[in-house]
Amino acid sequence: MSDIAQARKELVARILEGDGRASHAQRRAAFDNARLAEPLSTLIDTVAKHAYKVTDEDITAARASGLSEDEIFEIVVCAAIGQATRQYATAVAALEDATKTE
Amino acid sequence: MRLAILDSGHGFGSKILFVLIRTVSRHPVPEIIKLIRYRPDFFGAPMKEVVHEAMRGPSAWSVGDRELMAALVSKMNECEFCTKAHTAVAARAYHDEAKVSAGLSDLDTAAIEQPLRATLRLLGKLTREHAVDADDMRTVLAAGVSREQIDDALAVCFAFNTIDRLADAFEFFVPGPKAFEVGAKFLMARGYR
Repeated sequence: MSDIAQARKELVARILEGDGRASHAQRRAAFDNARLAEPLSTLIDTVAKHAYKVTDEDITAARASGLSEDEIFEIVVCAAIGQATRQYATAVAALEDATKTE
Repeated sequence: MRLAILDSGHGFGSKILFVLIRTVSRHPVPEIIKLIRYRPDFFGAPMKEVVHEAMRGPSAWSVGDRELMAALVSKMNECEFCTKAHTAVAARAYHDEAKVSAGLSDLDTAAIEQPLRATLRLLGKLTREHAVDADDMRTVLAAGVSREQIDDALAVCFAFNTIDRLADAFEFFVPGPKAFEVGAKFLMARGYR
């Protein structure tokens, strides 16, 4: 079977704990889709729940709030990986549950 | 591309590579490559490891099966770029375009194996509703899918639930079908590293 456990762990550690332009707290908040103020909270929530609905205005508002493009790049990456991680964790737990009771 | 840095903020080596890609492929540089090569130590390099393992690592699922999963997850996310890209790769991997389009347009009636159908349904639900439960897993296991196969499918799902979001948030340019054919040929030959 393929094994992404190690690679996935390294990816998440890199974006959340490694060097970056956005603060660690901001990257963590984007990953968790929590504790963000407007306009970032709208952008990050949209990325997490239905990214195809992100608009030019969402990005423009993030820029206007004083964020650089590098900071926006990082926090959007964190938001995407955060949501994918929560979905993955829910599914792995469901699989554990289903196989445990067999 | 919504961020100028992702369009043109790359280092010298990547800019040379982009010229080469444009010259050889006669198509624009796929925007996924621009994303992956922007400050690759932050995202592109570690992400490539995840995607390559999920899509080309050892698995009971074929490359075609995993590409079809990628296309289906992308379709559920309404991500046009990734849906088109992986529909093209899956068709090439299976040598069967009809199987892929049937699987994506009507999963219930498509002529695909029961274990794969059950797995695609699971990934579709997980992507659409952001959650699945133990009963969903029991249904897939009962269809003859092994625990390891479910793990492998969830790895594909993780990878594309990440990439799809970025493709749409940053608004990747969606080229014509010929460009996706060139991309599919490359991904079949070289994988994701």
